Amino acid sequence: MIFDAIRKEQAMIFSELYSAYYNAVATILKEAANNKIDSSRIRDIIEKYAFGESVLNIEPALKEGRWSLLKPDGTSVLEKKPTMPLTKVEKQWLKAISMDPRVSLFFPEGTGGGGNPSTDTYQTDIGFENDISPLFTPSDYEIFDRYLDGDNYTDENYRSNFRLILDAIKNHYPLSIHMENRTGKRVRQAVLPDHLEYSEKDDKFRLIGAWKKSRVIINLGRISDCRRYNGPEEPLKETKETGLKKATSRKVVFELDDRRNALERVLLHFAHFEKQAEHIDDRKYKVTVIYDRDDETEIVIRLLSFGPMVKVIAPESFVELIKKRLIDQKSCGL
Amino acid sequence: MAQYSESVKNFERVRDYMREFYVYGFKSREDYTQKSARSYDDERRRLESWLGDHMSFKQTSSGKNVFISIDSRTSQHNPLYRAWKAKSFTDGDITLHFMLMDILPSESPTDSTGISIKDIMSLIDNYLTETGSDKTFDESTIRKKLKEYVEEGLVTAKKIGKNMFYFRAADDKLPDRDLLVFFSEIAPCGVIGSFLLDKEEQTKSLFTFKHHYITSALDSEILCELFSAMSEKKMVTLTSVGRKKDNVKEHHAVPLKILESVQNGRQYLMAFVPSMDRIVSYRTDYIISVKPEEVCPDFDDLREKLAGMRQHIWGVSTEGHSGERMEHVDFTVHYGDDEQFIRTRLEREKRCGTVERIDSNTSRFSADVYDCGELVPWIRTFICRIEEIHFSDKELEEQFKKDIEEMYQLYDI
Repeated sequence: MIFDAIRKEQAMIFSELYSAYYNAVATILKEAANNKIDSSRIRDIIEKYAFGESVLNIEPALKEGRWSLLKPDGTSVLEKKPTMPLTKVEKQWLKAISMDPRVSLFFPEGTGGGGNPSTDTYQTDIGFENDISPLFTPSDYEIFDRYLDGDNYTDENYRSNFRLILDAIKNHYPLSIHMENRTGKRVRQAVLPDHLEYSEKDDKFRLIGAWKKSRVIINLGRISDCRRYNGPEEPLKETKETGLKKATSRKVVFELDDRRNALERVLLHFAHFEKQAEHIDDRKYKVTVIYDRDDETEIVIRLLSFGPMVKVIAPESFVELIKKRLIDQKSCGL
Repeated sequence: MAQYSESVKNFERVRDYMREFYVYGFKSREDYTQKSARSYDDERRRLESWLGDHMSFKQTSSGKNVFISIDSRTSQHNPLYRAWKAKSFTDGDITLHFMLMDILPSESPTDSTGISIKDIMSLIDNYLTETGSDKTFDESTIRKKLKEYVEEGLVTAKKIGKNMFYFRAADDKLPDRDLLVFFSEIAPCGVIGSFLLDKEEQTKSLFTFKHHYITSALDSEILCELFSAMSEKKMVTLTSVGRKKDNVKEHHAVPLKILESVQNGRQYLMAFVPSMDRIVSYRTDYIISVKPEEVCPDFDDLREKLAGMRQHIWGVSTEGHSGERMEHVDFTVHYGDDEQFIRTRLEREKRCGTVERIDSNTSRFSADVYDCGELVPWIRTFICRIEEIHFSDKELEEQFKKDIEEMYQLYDI
């Protein structure tokens, strides 16, 4: 196999220093620092920190003394609980992300951020020395197809709303939010926030939460005012349980004709969805994609982008959506 | 015959299988003809061990298909990162690692004593005796490990007189966990953020990610090496494979920038190739090795040249099929009074193009780019409202119209 010919003397990140095995053993040794650790606890730790079959390797290696780290009485041979300093590449990566304007979202006002995003100097102190060069800079890396109307991370109001929402998620309290709705009208919405959803394509954050047994989704960029909710009390547990049920999933099935490298392009394009692909014959494939009902229009246009290489075959309602667009297009005279 | 191991020495084979199982997922065991059956069974077993429930199976007429199924919108941490945490090591590696990290004094302004190799060896012998082990480590093995750790940044070495003294690097405080969770998913080489998160107790993530492509995680080592070469303004020798993995090529190039698509998850290296005297793009998932070479004295000028070209690059292509240096495309779309969002769409998705408002229900998009072919999939997303379209490449225009005609036929319209 061609890949077998590729051997590196020392990889930058594929190293045992970051391995699940080292992490599991470090946790075992921490617990065995003062007291004997038994087999059942060792297995629990391995299950949590390493892989499915790791218990077959780690436990015997420690017990049989191939890894001379536990004394015969089951305590750690080390003087201290194990820790490891940051490696050079870890520091370089942290330095690189400190140049991203979104870093300032995570720091209280006045403690970091606020530089100039148009230069390579948008730096925020995230707690490591300055003699480290960044792994990459904004000059080394760029996303070329991100939408141009992303959230404004340099806006102070946006940043303080972001931090309050994060705090509300962590500490489980509701918020009262003033925002502009899609038609530009100012509205107020109470919400118990559950998490933030970030879209890399839109470069926008959305708050996902619930209120009065309904799911609530709010674009952070539309929020004008956000504060702790002081209105009539709501049964928060019930609000969350009923309001945050998973959004309704739908399924679309299409045939793919593998011309012009369509197979690879389509499967990579839909890679982030739960999906299944099946080879029918010769150049034909059948692909099933599961998507969120709210994203149906987006899925329709994404499928249209593949032109005649893709033909939607089910469900009939989705086929009709495609047909409607094609009929409208035909009436444009093209 | 080598015995099966859950850990691996070489990432390339894993990278290949993971991509096959995740992106394609329709191949049966028999389809992996270029690899041996044993190799397939071993890799499948490893991936099952690393990824657990993310591995799925389906019985089809052509056999049992194995695939990785992940809805990245509900998965809070990129599961493919787990492969990067499966590097194999020797019994000596792990034993020495924990002992050295325990023995070495931390470097601090108040402590500059350090510890000599002789004292390190003596303390290691004590530890080995305490565990009842009859193992020993010779001086050259310990020196080699220390040298490796100095390069990794874990250890510092100071020469005092004729002797070398060693310290553990200072411990740094990790930044906010939420920050690490967020950037480990969206930043280049985010797997490094995942390594940092492994140092702390796991907690529920406050974030989920939409339109989140996770396969680029498999190219992290390649990206690191390219970034490293760029920071040193070095040329590189790239080894790449063709789409069918059957065609290995070497390219001597100056790496200038990584461009990433958040609409299909692909990453590209933009590089100047002296033998072609051109800036071209390489898919990072097709690159299997990066070897740094000499410093390129023209690096800054080449980067500036690329920056100038960006206003005419829609995606990553720097050359179209027409043979013309610059190609032109324009199209007009019509929208109803209640469809003004179409104009907003054009504005936010126009990249290097221009949007012109013709009247309250019509807009025209135009662009002068090196390769108009790159715009075709995007233009098709406006199907149902395209009134006019012109490409300077008439062959491309004909193909575009033929494709629409074929779509009418597909749906009996």
